[in-house]
Amino acid sequence: MSRTFVGMPAFPRAAEEAVQDSQLRFNLRKATHTIRGRRAAVVDEVPDWAAMRAAGKVVKDDVLRNLERYLLQVEEAVTRAGGHVHWAADAAEANAIVTRLVEDTGHREVVKVKSMATQEIGLNEALAQAGITAYETDLAELIVQLGDDLPSHILVPAIHRNRSEIREIFQENMARWGRPAPDGLTDEPATLADAARLHLRERFLSTKVGISGANFVIAETGTLVVLESEGNGRMCLTLPETLISVVGIEKVLPTWRDLDLFLRLLPRSSTGERMNPYTSTWTAGVEGQEFHLVLLDNGRTRVLADEVGRQALRCIRCSACLNVCPVYERVGGHAYGSVYPGPIGAILTPQLRGTASELDASLPYASSLCGACYDVCPVAIDIPEVLVHLRARGPHPAGERAGMRAAGWVFSRASRLRGVQRVMSRMRRFVPRRWLPGPGSAWTQTRDVPAVPAESFREWWEREGR
Amino acid sequence: MRVALFVTCVNDTLFPNTGKAVVSLLRRLGVDVDFPQEQTCCGQMHVNTGYRDEGVRLARGFLSVFGRYDAVVSPSGSCASMVREQYPKLAAGMGATRAKAFTRVHRGRTRFAEAVAEVTPKVYDLSEFLVDVLGVTDVGACFPHRVTYHPTCHSLRGLRVGDRPVRLLEAVRGLELVPLPQADECCGFGGTFAVKNAAVSAAMCADKIGHVMDTGAEVLCAADNSCLMHIGGALRRQRSGVRVMHLAEILASTEDLGARR
Repeated sequence: MSRTFVGMPAFPRAAEEAVQDSQLRFNLRKATHTIRGRRAAVVDEVPDWAAMRAAGKVVKDDVLRNLERYLLQVEEAVTRAGGHVHWAADAAEANAIVTRLVEDTGHREVVKVKSMATQEIGLNEALAQAGITAYETDLAELIVQLGDDLPSHILVPAIHRNRSEIREIFQENMARWGRPAPDGLTDEPATLADAARLHLRERFLSTKVGISGANFVIAETGTLVVLESEGNGRMCLTLPETLISVVGIEKVLPTWRDLDLFLRLLPRSSTGERMNPYTSTWTAGVEGQEFHLVLLDNGRTRVLADEVGRQALRCIRCSACLNVCPVYERVGGHAYGSVYPGPIGAILTPQLRGTASELDASLPYASSLCGACYDVCPVAIDIPEVLVHLRARGPHPAGERAGMRAAGWVFSRASRLRGVQRVMSRMRRFVPRRWLPGPGSAWTQTRDVPAVPAESFREWWEREGR
Repeated sequence: MRVALFVTCVNDTLFPNTGKAVVSLLRRLGVDVDFPQEQTCCGQMHVNTGYRDEGVRLARGFLSVFGRYDAVVSPSGSCASMVREQYPKLAAGMGATRAKAFTRVHRGRTRFAEAVAEVTPKVYDLSEFLVDVLGVTDVGACFPHRVTYHPTCHSLRGLRVGDRPVRLLEAVRGLELVPLPQADECCGFGGTFAVKNAAVSAAMCADKIGHVMDTGAEVLCAADNSCLMHIGGALRRQRSGVRVMHLAEILASTEDLGARR
């Protein structure tokens, strides 16, 4: 059974371990640079990308401002179409609802289309506790599940694995989960895909309950939308007798007309494609299918109450910010300790979960504030702004607080700064270039300290600048 | 036109040559530049590390020092971007305070927001001031060396200086400008990030200096000494032989000075 993120170390420690894994860094670098380049090329093709991006922001802001109205509209439309709507305040409630719904069908197995929301609430683990096995059917999620691993990317959960690692995972673990890997499996992508196809086909044809998420929910008709590349999701949505969709409440779009915009923004931003291969829409279930929609809050209304932080809820999970982030590129997704890694994870996770744990408190600092994430975000989430906003909430270590207060005191009068500069100049011979004590040692591990000049700029100005 | 130099606390204390270079360059171009001596720090380190109130106090100081000038020039993309991009956000976010202090807070907030609106549009990064305000790209510099340019994150994505620094460098006599691979990637300094996430910062810097050394340049140039301190510190530790120089120092170089420093 897949592991969960509970009990992860704080970001800097997890990251320090990750950057030493050269295979991981190589895999990540190759993958993120490839997607990054593709995205840049297809975005450059669109003459009015900036306007589309601004429009995406406006639509999502409208949704967030009028969320209650749109959600009631969704409930009404889904119910009218013959579906059932459930409201879940948190992960425990959502898991209990889904578990009960599966138990009511009498089946012990479910197939899943890749879903961030169910990962967020730990649904697979909750179902396992009730004796129900959840089978992931997205290829990358399958690799993660078979490898007893954790997802490392929003769009490409197995981004940290290369194909020879995937071959090993298939050979060692497919048999435990169903149809074994064929003999003589190579690491050719086509062969690996064939093995997965055979393994999954058996599963699709025998499983009676499907669980999905949704990329969008259209309020005016109660229609759910899933975008995917493989067609496996479509099988999960249409073959089972019972379909349960777990969807975060922020996923709403007001109208079909808005969907048009997001069907253009999302694929270009996420996979670097002009259009995604499979778009499935469903309003309640397909004929003869029982349909349940679980609307998930799990901290979202709390995020909504924060006027700066709420823009994180505009996120459409495209992962463009991950692919362009220099920090993510060096450490991968696991260090973020959440199903949402990278820059968006650094602002979304501590807002959804709070900052009680050391890991969650360290996430707003998992960025150099370089701003690349904001530039690529298709709904213009100002991630650096939210990071700084979350940092202001603290908590701060006592030593750092004292240091910052002292620096603030020095900087609040030019005469004090001048005094410190004079002392530094006199002591300049005693400042080591290659070894600093305390927190400075983190600097001198890989960098020399600049030489302190004999005279500050202001002293030179007083002497001969004026 | 009354022009002030905002040298920044880091340059003032550790890199005085950059400030001297700005003064000599601007005077050569006929600008009468002043250095208001009450200036200290824009508050970026405090705000970005999560000490907002301290940062706002320093921001107030900045606004009162520079309010009386027509233009403020800074040889730091990062500090100029703090003032121009982040001060308005600070002003917008100053509402959430207890109700009993409302009137006082409200007045303070209004005054701060007014000062921000008045001062921040007059703040320029050096390359913007030269190209946009003075209208020059050839500043009469001579620097016969092989140079590569790192467009620091805050110049690139905060101030959007675009190709202004490159145009200035291209007009320098004798200078051979070689492109830096993956130039727009962050070097990993990020202020306190370099200490709080030292391992990631070092990994980012290692890739950056690798690209710098691949160019075969003698000099790495940028418009921000904080980034140069980080990259230069690693270059020195590696005994790479590549020097780092601020854009202002290259632009201030003339035939008789040649390679200063």
